[in-house]
Amino acid sequence: MIIGTAKESYRADEALLTTKPQRVWMAIFLAFLVIVPFSVNDYWLYMVCLMTINVVAATGLNILTGFTGQVSLGQAAFMAVGAYTVAWMERDLGTPFLVNLVGAGLAAAALGIVVGIPSLRVKGLYLAIATIAASFILHFVFVHWESVTGGNTGINVAPARIPGMELTTYFQLYWVIMPVTIIMVVAAANIFRTRIGRAFIAIRDRDISAEVLGIPLLQYKLMSFAIASFYAGVAGGMWAYFFRVVTPESFPFMMSIFLLAAIIVGGMGTILGGVVGAVFMTITPELLRFVVEWVSPWVPNAGTLLSPVRTIVFGGLIIGFLVFEPQGLAEIIQRVRRFFRLWPFRT
Amino acid sequence: MRMSDAAALKVAGVTLSFGGVKALRDVSFEAKAGSITAVIGPNGAGKTSVFNCISGFYRPSSGQVLLDGQDISALRPPRRAALGIARSFQNIALFRGMTVLDNIKLGRHAHMKTNLLQAMLYSGAAAREEEALRRDVEERIIDFLEIDHIRNMPVSVLSYGLQKRVELARALAMQPRILLLDEPVAGMNREETEDMARFILDVKEEWGVTILMVEHDMGLIMDISDHVTVLNFGEVIAEGLPAEVQADPHVAEAYLGSGDPAALMKRLHEEAEH
Ligand SMILES: Nc1ncnc2c1ncn2[C@@H]1O[C@H](COP(=O)(O)OP(=O)(O)O)[C@@H](O)[C@H]1O
Ligand SMILES: [Mg+2]
Repeated sequence: MIIGTAKESYRADEALLTTKPQRVWMAIFLAFLVIVPFSVNDYWLYMVCLMTINVVAATGLNILTGFTGQVSLGQAAFMAVGAYTVAWMERDLGTPFLVNLVGAGLAAAALGIVVGIPSLRVKGLYLAIATIAASFILHFVFVHWESVTGGNTGINVAPARIPGMELTTYFQLYWVIMPVTIIMVVAAANIFRTRIGRAFIAIRDRDISAEVLGIPLLQYKLMSFAIASFYAGVAGGMWAYFFRVVTPESFPFMMSIFLLAAIIVGGMGTILGGVVGAVFMTITPELLRFVVEWVSPWVPNAGTLLSPVRTIVFGGLIIGFLVFEPQGLAEIIQRVRRFFRLWPFRT
Repeated sequence: MRMSDAAALKVAGVTLSFGGVKALRDVSFEAKAGSITAVIGPNGAGKTSVFNCISGFYRPSSGQVLLDGQDISALRPPRRAALGIARSFQNIALFRGMTVLDNIKLGRHAHMKTNLLQAMLYSGAAAREEEALRRDVEERIIDFLEIDHIRNMPVSVLSYGLQKRVELARALAMQPRILLLDEPVAGMNREETEDMARFILDVKEEWGVTILMVEHDMGLIMDISDHVTVLNFGEVIAEGLPAEVQADPHVAEAYLGSGDPAALMKRLHEEAEH
């Protein structure tokens, strides 16, 4: 049959990693992730887990805002929904932790669909305001629905358990958080290999003609909200197992801005962008802390400067990327890659 | 497929108003299955508005649109697309950031089945569907329209003529029964126009698609259309075979206010040129 070779080439073309160097680098990176927990101290393991949780939340937001063009400042509130769901399921249902994580995602997704309903009518800034409003309403619920949320004092979360073991150390939790994150990032990348991802991008670029091409706008906008919130919910659920207590202040509104900044800095509308953005934005304040510690012998009161310096650097990064590199870190990485071509695995 | 007497598409008494302005008044015409019907008329006559009513973009205040005898007036645009109404736009509505290939693939959306869970897992079913789509787009559409060399380029870097061709490709990916082409050769040079004319004829003859086409290029209309409908100020003022319409003094009057068909031809050629 003539089709034989053609078939293979199309399948290879549609693969997630299309070149050999890409596959080799990915294997090296995965091996690195396996080694990490054995080679760093607890502080850095804490940082890595935090980054990883943020990667999930940022990737979800990227699907909604970067790929579908629906600006949301509610991602942190959906993380909170996920965290509370885990806390409540642990306390009142005692279900296994993987079930609780899925429950966290589904609860957040259900609320995400509700919050997404205005998106058919309002866009851009107005939609952003609607998602902010939803965040504040949810905050109000967390404070006042005491029978479930524990009010202002919040809920303590039992440790995640597998048969015969409680996962309490960062080392143990890493082996849950990292695999879940990898699965979710790969799933996100997969979406954009299919008609669903193409539909999201079409809605972002020209929603009216998307409709004439056969894409029902409301259904797909709500689906995008549901996915983004599902990711936030799972991220929040992992956060709950990581910090073991959830209060109304665990996920401040600032966190939503942080996540939006992460995808802007990383690169909106690329999966890589959400990942590197979240990593970069999580680690930057810590690097600043080292800088401040390092200069403290020479600069009096360096410690008190830390917080304002962080804020300024944070703001400066967002503005800098918006102005000079609107495609974000992901685009810089692509340029470097093009520079090295297929190095060192030239074929 | 050969032309038959059955109307594949029927516009019946469509009236459309914007505020107080009537863009269309009681417009009726039909496109026979397997034929090319041209809709002509001066700028502002309501040609694009008719297309928008057919694709569901505008809601007429009265009248109906029938596809193979079925009233589709109440359906939203995505449903109509799924039923086989595809279109290209007068001012090109491609997704500029996407590649040519992705733009074309987008056209198949309504006929695909992959759901969210299958997409996230890139399950066997999803992979097979994507692969089948890729093969169909490559082997039936990209080859046919001779756009192999640009398939991986973003559309934003393409010439106007090529963008029009990509739009046709995307419309064909929709597996249309009715293809609405809004000024498919506007702004093209002679050679590009001839290529496009050949593609449109091939789509009719080899794919058996019924075509409805808005055009100013009278030469093209005379060459390839089977039937012509003339709109002026939102009303149908003439229809018939291309030669009949061309000779109709009402039509010339609509364009020029005179009864001279030769002047009409000249005017139409001028309009086509800019
Ligand atoms: N969205 C709209 N809002 C207001 N008026 C419109 C709109 N679309 C078209 N019109 C009006 O309807 C009439 C017909 O326009 P159109 O269908 O674009 O004409 P054609 O395609 O024949 O040049 C024009 O008078 C135009 O101004
Ligand atoms: Mg027009």
